[in-house]
Amino acid sequence: MGQTTLNIHPSAGSGGPKPPNGPPPEKDLYAKRTQIYPKLAHGKFRMVKWVVMAATLGVYYLLPWLRWERGEGIPDQAVLADFESEKFYFFFIEIWPQDIHFLAGLLILAALGLFLVTALLGRVWCGYTCPQTVWTDLYIWVERAFEGDRAARMRLEKAPWSFNKVWRKLGKHTVWLVIAFWTGGAFILYWHDAPTVAQGWFTGEAPLSAYWFAGILTMTTYFLAGWMREQVCTYMCPWPRIQAALTDEHALNVTYRYDRGEPRGPKRKSQSWDERGDCIDCDQCVQVCPVGIDIRDGSQLECIHCALCIDACDQMMTKIGRPTGLIAYDTDIAVMARAAKQVPPKYRIIRSRTALYAFLIAAISGLMVWGLATKATIEANVLKDRSPPYVQLSNGDIQNGYTLKLVNKASEARTMIIDVSGLEGLSYHVIGFDHDGDAPLELPVEAHGVDRYRILVSAPAMTGTAQIMMTVRDAETGENDVNRTSFRGPPQ
Amino acid sequence: MTDERRDIDDHSGIETTGHSWDGIKELNNPLPRWWLYIWYATIAWAIVYMIFMPALPALPGLGTNTTGLRNHSDRDLVAVAVADLKAARVDQSATLLEASLEEIETDRNLQQFALAMGESLFGDNCATCHGAGGRGAVGYPSLADDVWLWDGTLDGIEFTLRHGIRHDGDDETRFSIMPAFGRDGLLNAAEVGALSQHVLMLAGREADVEEAKIGAGLFSIHCATCHGDMGQGDRTQGAPNLTDTEWLYGDSEGEIYATIYNARNSHMPAWQDRLDDASIKALAVYVHTLGGGE
Repeated sequence: MGQTTLNIHPSAGSGGPKPPNGPPPEKDLYAKRTQIYPKLAHGKFRMVKWVVMAATLGVYYLLPWLRWERGEGIPDQAVLADFESEKFYFFFIEIWPQDIHFLAGLLILAALGLFLVTALLGRVWCGYTCPQTVWTDLYIWVERAFEGDRAARMRLEKAPWSFNKVWRKLGKHTVWLVIAFWTGGAFILYWHDAPTVAQGWFTGEAPLSAYWFAGILTMTTYFLAGWMREQVCTYMCPWPRIQAALTDEHALNVTYRYDRGEPRGPKRKSQSWDERGDCIDCDQCVQVCPVGIDIRDGSQLECIHCALCIDACDQMMTKIGRPTGLIAYDTDIAVMARAAKQVPPKYRIIRSRTALYAFLIAAISGLMVWGLATKATIEANVLKDRSPPYVQLSNGDIQNGYTLKLVNKASEARTMIIDVSGLEGLSYHVIGFDHDGDAPLELPVEAHGVDRYRILVSAPAMTGTAQIMMTVRDAETGENDVNRTSFRGPPQ
Repeated sequence: MTDERRDIDDHSGIETTGHSWDGIKELNNPLPRWWLYIWYATIAWAIVYMIFMPALPALPGLGTNTTGLRNHSDRDLVAVAVADLKAARVDQSATLLEASLEEIETDRNLQQFALAMGESLFGDNCATCHGAGGRGAVGYPSLADDVWLWDGTLDGIEFTLRHGIRHDGDDETRFSIMPAFGRDGLLNAAEVGALSQHVLMLAGREADVEEAKIGAGLFSIHCATCHGDMGQGDRTQGAPNLTDTEWLYGDSEGEIYATIYNARNSHMPAWQDRLDDASIKALAVYVHTLGGGE
């Protein structure tokens, strides 16, 4: 539905190459790469993009250096994926392997957030915050610093090799590589203690994986942002394909308002604005475009909705004394209505899909906050022996074996009291402890870790399956975790 | 929009491939050329890989697979990794050697290490006969209950592990022989039958009282030396208790008859020939914790 409306556009159909006269053209099976030389745009969206770039890169490069005190023996890095101890730290949140559903929840929230933003504002993710866009933008900024703006870069490209060309190219690639290395280097800081690994990296003491990943990310950054650029978005990224299903005619997209722009063409002095469209075919929107498209062809796969064409067009409109906003964030439905001389409908933030996404986001965030707030600091997991499921002792009693895993998420060692109940005449024995009968038993649990105990539970002769309860209680705070498990005897 | 030579799709303005299936045409969106080059690069990489790494299987006449210039072998890498692991465990293994079995079982750290080590050793070496978790099988005693043929203490289990049971080539192996009463002609079939009835009675099971009376006399002559007057068994000889519910070779009348007629003398290898001391100690602790350690 969204797709059909997006494509009803006066210029659709004229976008392809015009059929030439004469013999049929030789069909090339592969598309040639057309180098794009985006011109620097000036305006409010360019400014927003600079700010977003500074903010996102700043977070990426500096976040691992932020410290967060957690207690003795626990890493003090605010954001750390610690593979060695199998824990993920995010400020006050600490995710253990047992809490992996929080990470799943985070990913679901990220996906829903993307859906919501796309339904409201089209591909703003692509245009402003996608790492591919941010680093490409940064690389183009470096390129511009060394080689000049669009026209100068095109001239330099065509020019024969000279000292001037060599040093500019060399300088650009050197800076690119430095940025790439910085990027790859910052990545590994998230997986190890940042100051230690940063120092160790240069003294040869960092783990091998740190060198590998720094190397791999240096190369991917250099090639993807320096060389591949828009090719990544057009050919490699699945998101442009998916977004067609997520956006619709009510979403705010970067739109050429053909109702106002057409018929376009260079303006002659004798012409009045009343008899023609506002688009003067100045080509500025095409020249600033980082993906090399013409926004006037309508919404298209390649467009990352970076809004730089809005800046370029607004500047030109101001210059020729026409109102700005010939290219603007607008909805397809509004443009269509104006083209048909109707009153455009108001932009609606609340629609069924945005309401649904917002509801889901609120519900999942709520669940996660509730989960985090009530997260237990002790956790008992009882694993019943599968083999043998039960044994009959010489006095006729039935015995079952269990492994009790006690998780202590607090930063100090604790004593936990275990109590097994639920069967008449039950008694239990914890391997390594002098204990028999059914009285509660104190078990030590190491700080911030997991302890395993083997427990043998026996009961007078019985058949079938019964339920027993293993309660683990903190000796001081009384916090507890009750585990139900089965106790099996011979089949009935 | 369309001319005779080029077929341009009205809706998208993109040329089609000219092929039509049930009226559906395919747009000709050509693949970027660099993508093709990446494909070529993967082919080049495959060739380089084949030169350096093992790639071709053992073709007729070749004998073995190609090993490549790097002489890479996953098998060797595993051997190195296993050696590394053993080297890394030397310290903890050494503490196992120094500590007594009781200390290993009661010290939290040593216990955890020994149980982890014992579990994997048990899976590799013991579970084939004794079953996972020592659940036992016909002819292979359960290690999870409190019935022991020889000895269920830590030291006893370690001794059995070291020297085996009826193991040729180990002078200290646990040894005893039950005669094949029927097969070797010590008793005739009727006598074996009577004896079976008596053994059933010892276990508190239903039996032919008349037959069992005859069997009782035979029992005191032929069996009581090892199994005891009341059939309570004798651990020093590995003679099982006949009064409990545990029957290693089955508890039916026919199975008991077959046991007396043919005798059962099962074997267990002496593991000190195959495992190092630390492994044997870890295994002893593991088996002791399975459920019936004494």
